[in-house]
Amino acid sequence: MTSSLPPFLVFFVGALLAAVTRGTVRKVLLVLVPVAGALNVWGVEEGYAWQLEFLGYVLEPVRADRLSLLFGYLFHLAAFIAVVYSLHLKKAENATVQHVAALVYAGSALGAVFAGDFISLFVFWELLAVSSAFLIWSRRGPGSARAGMRYLVVQVVSGVALLAGALMRVHETGTLSFGFVGLDGLSGWLIFLAIGVKAAFPLLHSWLIDAYPEGTPTGTVFLSAFTTKVAVYALARGFPETEILVYAGAAMACFPIFYAVIENDLRRTLAYSMINQIGFMVCGIGVGSALAINGAVAHAFNDVLFKGLLFMSMGAVMHMTGKTKASDLGGLYKTMPFTAVLCMIGAASISAVPLFNGFVSKSMIMSALIDGGYMWIWPVMLFASAGVVEHAGIKIPFFAFFAQDSGIRTREPPRNMLAAMTVAAIACVAIGVRPGLLYGLLPYAVDYHPYDASHVLTQIQLLAFAIGAIVVFQLLKIYPAEIRAVNLDADWFYRRAGARLVRRTGDAVAQAGVALRSAAAGVARPMYEGAFRAHGPHGPLARSWPAGSMVLWVAIMLAAFLLFQFL
Amino acid sequence: MTQHLPVLQVVIPLVLAPLCVLVRHPRAAWALAALGSLCAFGIALDIVSTVLASGPLSYDVGDWAPPWGIEYRIDAVNAWILVIVSLVSTAVVFFARASVEREVEASRVALFYAAYLLCLSGLLGIAATGDVFNVFVFLEISSLSAYALIALGQDRRALAAAFRYLIMGSVGATFIVIGIGLMYATTGTLNMADLADRLPGVWHVRTIKVAYGFLAVGCFLKLALFPLHLWLPNAYTFAPSAVTAFMAATATKVAVYMLLRFFFTIFGAAFSFDVMNLDMVLMPLAVAAIFSMSFVAILQTNVKRLLAYSSVAQIGYMILGISFASVTGLTAAVLHLFNHALMKGALFMALGCVAYRIGSVHIDAMAGLGKRMPATMAAFVVGGLSLVGVPLTVGFVSKWYLILAALERGWWPLAVIVLITSVMALAYVWRVIEAAYFREFPGDRETREAPAALLVPTWALVVLNVYFGIDATRTVGVAERAAEILMGAAP
Repeated sequence: MTSSLPPFLVFFVGALLAAVTRGTVRKVLLVLVPVAGALNVWGVEEGYAWQLEFLGYVLEPVRADRLSLLFGYLFHLAAFIAVVYSLHLKKAENATVQHVAALVYAGSALGAVFAGDFISLFVFWELLAVSSAFLIWSRRGPGSARAGMRYLVVQVVSGVALLAGALMRVHETGTLSFGFVGLDGLSGWLIFLAIGVKAAFPLLHSWLIDAYPEGTPTGTVFLSAFTTKVAVYALARGFPETEILVYAGAAMACFPIFYAVIENDLRRTLAYSMINQIGFMVCGIGVGSALAINGAVAHAFNDVLFKGLLFMSMGAVMHMTGKTKASDLGGLYKTMPFTAVLCMIGAASISAVPLFNGFVSKSMIMSALIDGGYMWIWPVMLFASAGVVEHAGIKIPFFAFFAQDSGIRTREPPRNMLAAMTVAAIACVAIGVRPGLLYGLLPYAVDYHPYDASHVLTQIQLLAFAIGAIVVFQLLKIYPAEIRAVNLDADWFYRRAGARLVRRTGDAVAQAGVALRSAAAGVARPMYEGAFRAHGPHGPLARSWPAGSMVLWVAIMLAAFLLFQFL
Repeated sequence: MTQHLPVLQVVIPLVLAPLCVLVRHPRAAWALAALGSLCAFGIALDIVSTVLASGPLSYDVGDWAPPWGIEYRIDAVNAWILVIVSLVSTAVVFFARASVEREVEASRVALFYAAYLLCLSGLLGIAATGDVFNVFVFLEISSLSAYALIALGQDRRALAAAFRYLIMGSVGATFIVIGIGLMYATTGTLNMADLADRLPGVWHVRTIKVAYGFLAVGCFLKLALFPLHLWLPNAYTFAPSAVTAFMAATATKVAVYMLLRFFFTIFGAAFSFDVMNLDMVLMPLAVAAIFSMSFVAILQTNVKRLLAYSSVAQIGYMILGISFASVTGLTAAVLHLFNHALMKGALFMALGCVAYRIGSVHIDAMAGLGKRMPATMAAFVVGGLSLVGVPLTVGFVSKWYLILAALERGWWPLAVIVLITSVMALAYVWRVIEAAYFREFPGDRETREAPAALLVPTWALVVLNVYFGIDATRTVGVAERAAEILMGAAP
């Protein structure tokens, strides 16, 4: 077969070179790395593998099939966009650390999706965690050091769970190969948990909300592209057609909406919306039919593009104004028209407006739900889709670029930022208009036509309803603080219930979260204090003991040992 | 000549030691110590290749045939221990030249190397000999010289720490000699192979069980098994840096070897586990050591002390491996003997570099050192990752076998404990990394990178940490062979 290099190698070598070069040379190099990587991975064919022996087991650090190749192409595209977006970084913004960490991070993500065995996967899994933590620390803002640390701890624990599950699996099956895992036995659950942490399953998601908004404006673009998508890949590989994923995905798609609507920080809103989008993918993987898996990975592909675009536009706003709070912004369309348009393309895509890429993949998942007989989940996901329109499709561009004029006068962001956003926007529209571009890469053969009457009409009704609802809220000046009853079409009654529930449920969920946290703290704190009393610098276990008491311990040990034998 | 290698290994450092005292000149004494270590290392490598190729070596001291004379008997197990001790000793002796000049008064440097050579000779002797009374003799040689080495520390508390270690070490040695005496009284022999033949006939005798108890507690004390580890933290903390690196990487390892020899070769695995239920004693203590000492380590502020507590926890891993009473478990334990020597040697030597430049190893004093001493702190980071058990380092290989052994017995909670405590190790290693890389350097001090004389030996061990983490076939091969011998599955 071809003489291709392992895909991750290109990025690691690039990271090494980026560490030692400066200035224009480095800028050229940074752009070349994803391009060279893409040319390299283009030559990789299905069945390409690289194996080696370790401790008597066969490791497969590189194994290519359609699924991993799709993610391989995606990550190269995402890395290219994000690298271009971050070219302007200066020394004061910790440029070297950010560039190197970003390339290692992208390389690790590639390594993870091409890893054919659990040990290689584990290595890249932990590399992902460590390298991405530097993207958070580099912001050097208040709280980002701590948020980065919390993030790293969660990610490392996920890696440990993965390793534990993998080891038990080796013991059960005798092979390290990473294929279908399934939920039978403790090993399956451990691996599931490990992936679940990275995919931000409900109750395991708080690291994402905590850490992503703390990243640097450019770092968050990388963060949004890789970690969770690696998890989606791993789920698609290890747990397709696992029913619990359908419900987990539905929960993920719904609960962040309540938070996202009341959230003021626009980057945090996007972080919630990220969980919501992953919910669609997880749901699709849970359904497990060829159509559903295709839809899930296609949606992952599109999500990287449009979520990246949205994060980039908010990053551009933050870069130029230093603000991300909805209440501080507004009226920026006057001075940042290009950014506003690009942001609206991203918003249209995430809202799944026909002719934008979100539509062609989300409708696949929705159709698969009906085909799979999940009649109760389908409306739930429809509700979630409406929520997306509300919190990401409208709220983000509206509060940043329109709404009440905040009086901020600024300029367009640097050219490289605009260029990166333009590339992403073109990709969003291209896939929306010509879905065949993406469908040709999917793991299963595609016989699906998104642009038939029922899909388009359903979506347009949904959009019209959601937009209408927001307009009404705005006119009544009850958005997002208060929501009263709204006149709704009978077809959308569940949405009305949802609308009424928005605040109450949001509050209830938030209160429950607080209660849960304080209860956990109530249990953990006395435990920690007890342990600290015993183990702390002055506790009995860490004190210097006089020789007499040490000898006493010896006597106790001997007596115990002898007694133990004679009793 | 070559047939005398087993004894020359021990005799060369023993003879060079008094020469150090006679020459008095610090550099000359160092040269003698380096010569002794290098000879020992060369001989150990030769012996291990002979033993692996053609089976155990036997040497009769003074041509007195065993079991009357003293026999030196070397199989894969102790050949491996000889390699560990002499390898670490060689790395440390090159490190010691600059480090000891800084930390020990010039008039005492020659005495330092004399004690160092004696300690080396004692440790090698314990490993090489096939005679239990000889074990005791060499144990006393190594221990007495170790007390002297520790007392040479700059801090005045070093004296108190050495004195406490002296009391505890003597109690341990006394217990061991009592055990040996009771065995001799019952069987009339001191030769290990002979004892192994005769003991099964007297298993039921109560004296033998009491002897077993004394030997067990004596060994536990010398290898610092929780809760008999209390002498260790102070001794490691206040000793000169080079001594800490040497002792941490060798002394407890040789004590673990003693335990293996007594309980597997002499008494036999069947007696230890079926009659004496050794696993039921070892496992709870090992788990307590791993958990409790890792936690204590997290809360320490003196990094040397932090690593000392981590050593006690790591010894817990070895004992845990032994308590599985299986070939895989013993493989893990014997592997970890070597791997832990590599990682702790590297870590304590990196700390020695820090102490050389800033005179303190307190965690707050290390703030911002990542920029000022990049090579030193990079060595610490790699050593620390190895301690945590990150893949591509030796620590991972050890943990891998330990977990396999736990799963083989079906005791998966122990496998989980090993993984959880790895995260605890990450926590204490991270505290140092956080201080060194994420805190600002206090600007009032002029600090440069440590000299090459310190960095080269440190990095030599660091490179080995990574090398044997990637290519583990050789170390695993020897460890498996040793484990089979100990379990009685191979000659």
